[in-house]
Amino acid sequence: MKRLRSAGRILGAAVIAALTLAGCGSTSTPVADNTPITLTLATFNKFGYSDQMLAAYHAAHPNVTVVQNIAATSQAAQDNMFTKLAAGSGLGDVEAVEVDWMPKLKQYSNLFVDLSTPASKGRWLDWKAQAATVNGRLIGAGTDIGPEAICYRSAPFIKAGLAGDPAGVAQLLTGDWNNYYSVGQRFTAAHTGVAWFDSAGATFQGLANQYSNFFEKSDGTVIATTNPDVKNAFVSVLNASSGSSAHLQEWSTDWNAGLANGAWATMLCPSWMLGVISGNGPKIKDWKIANVFPNGGGNWGGSYLTVPTQGKHAAAAKELALWLTAPEQQIAAFVTTGNYPSQVGAYTNPALTGAMNPYFNNAPIGQIFADRAKAVTVTPYKGIKYAAIMQAVQDGLTRVESKKQSIDASWAQVVSDINAL
Amino acid sequence: MTTSTLVVKDLTLRGFRFRENLGRWDVKYSPYLFISPFFILFGLVGLFPLLYTGWVSLHAWDLLGGQGKWTGFDNFAFVLQQRQFWIALRNTLSIFLLSAVPQLIAATAIAAALDSNLRNKTFWRMSVLLPFVVMPVAVTLIFGSMFGERYGLVNRTLGDIGLGPIRWHTDPLSSHIAIATMVNFRWTGYNALILLAGMQAISRDLYEAATIDGAGWVSRFFRVTLPQLRPTIIFVIITATIGGLQIFDEPRLYDQNGLGGEDQQWMTMTIYLYKLGWPQLNFGRAAAVAWLLFLVIVAIGLINLAITRRIATNEGRTA
Repeated sequence: MKRLRSAGRILGAAVIAALTLAGCGSTSTPVADNTPITLTLATFNKFGYSDQMLAAYHAAHPNVTVVQNIAATSQAAQDNMFTKLAAGSGLGDVEAVEVDWMPKLKQYSNLFVDLSTPASKGRWLDWKAQAATVNGRLIGAGTDIGPEAICYRSAPFIKAGLAGDPAGVAQLLTGDWNNYYSVGQRFTAAHTGVAWFDSAGATFQGLANQYSNFFEKSDGTVIATTNPDVKNAFVSVLNASSGSSAHLQEWSTDWNAGLANGAWATMLCPSWMLGVISGNGPKIKDWKIANVFPNGGGNWGGSYLTVPTQGKHAAAAKELALWLTAPEQQIAAFVTTGNYPSQVGAYTNPALTGAMNPYFNNAPIGQIFADRAKAVTVTPYKGIKYAAIMQAVQDGLTRVESKKQSIDASWAQVVSDINAL
Repeated sequence: MTTSTLVVKDLTLRGFRFRENLGRWDVKYSPYLFISPFFILFGLVGLFPLLYTGWVSLHAWDLLGGQGKWTGFDNFAFVLQQRQFWIALRNTLSIFLLSAVPQLIAATAIAAALDSNLRNKTFWRMSVLLPFVVMPVAVTLIFGSMFGERYGLVNRTLGDIGLGPIRWHTDPLSSHIAIATMVNFRWTGYNALILLAGMQAISRDLYEAATIDGAGWVSRFFRVTLPQLRPTIIFVIITATIGGLQIFDEPRLYDQNGLGGEDQQWMTMTIYLYKLGWPQLNFGRAAAVAWLLFLVIVAIGLINLAITRRIATNEGRTA
């Protein structure tokens, strides 16, 4: 009996201890200047922050060790970020975010450290910094942008009797979207066995990024269902796609396989797409880049580095984020991955302007994307519902491409889906 | 002097009473203490989240912004009026039936085969469990590329033998079959082993008696094995029901967007919940879906129980 009793007491004490421990929160303590610390840098896909680059930072700041965690997809990174922001702990000291999550994060800008300093003022393109600024506080340090050109395969172009050299193709495609579609019709009429573009959805992305208020007014009111531009774009891209599209949805397994097999002749090409094309299609030798984009210029994607306030070493993390997004580091990243810098100071650097890409038949990508970046004139407004609306519209485009619905029926469903958000 | 002795006496008396009380409490309360870890854990990771989700579902609640104003049952009303909710329910039930039924039939057959006299028993039993060890993500990625519509292995093979391609990612039923295939691949072996354990526990005397009575292999299986396996079957069915209705990994990774297809062809309840809670940041509505899913699982669990009971008792009577 006695043994039982003491066992019971020990158990009771253990339970109480466990409960007390569970109730304890973590408290952050300020760190003195030279205390060794480890900073976690959370990125996704390919940011181009190499181990050598991080080692160089450690050499300059001996007390700081940087560990990079790379998520496989931006989707995984986004899920992780929102879950841990909601939980209030668990994020990296420096977190990479994609431009499309920015509107949601800007609503909770107090969860992020203000990254503006006198030294970094004017470092980025205006619109790039503006998209991450709330009431004068800069919550994201810009990494790259996605100025768009047109990538094309020269062999099917020549087979269809069109120009095959980049200058000729650029001339051919100078004009608006209808011009791009009608050249597509000429191309498809030649029956080369290759489609004109990959999908209506991808083409629509390029188009949507050319309006300042496409889905939402600048005060956040949703106009996607009433804005005639949206419906016109929806209908015209689907009319074009019925004959000219490969009907393969971007990022799907079939789309990747389509790239490997060279299933389409042109695609919208933000700078970061170069790595995707060359990675998926090592056997296709005739990809080239035309220094042109329908209807002027366009930007697709690009990222930022943020410093969440929940981290323990905010000051050191801010220093790291600003160092990584300095022109020198972003040029190094461009050379490794093709991510085009958002830093004004990088654009005059010969390492950038002279860059060539051997996969794209030695295209002068430094020059091409500098021109394409200059052609971007519109900053699209993206509110908190932008991503969900875009998903609803993309679903609508896919329903027509997979022949499940007519254009009208699909649009009606898009409208009801958007109204339910 | 006198006062101090009095005090000492009083203290010993008190100490004695305290020890007596301890003894009484011991008998009365220690058993509860011993079973408490389960209840404490269940309270922390089971009951509390359940009730808290209920609390969240009655508010406007933003994933990042947190609690908003009280909305009563508005979230439930909204969700129940959505076309997507009913499609999600349809998909969940369809994928559940397509996976659970063939899976349990196959698992029982495999278990019966493993229960007979085989050489290298352990080898066969372990090989059955092998697919279960593979990460669900890996399974989904491999099957996902096999079920690609244009360049997938399955459709190419079908094309080679002269059959038309099946639209695995476009038509609801085809996509449900593809997802159910992944689920079955992983879980059949696991259930087979549990059923096998149940079969091994059946007394061999029953089989001997049945054989002497002239029962063949088939009637031994239906008249002895199945009725004796009843508790195991009920367990397997209930766990398969809960797992099947909460299916998430496979449909989430079935395509690049992970939101159940452009027409919600394979959007299950959990995907719908995720879609509301994360991409749309609306935790209140997501919590309402979670509670509705809970109610659906309870309802189907009860139906299951009633059916299995009836089948088992009927068999008991005829046997």
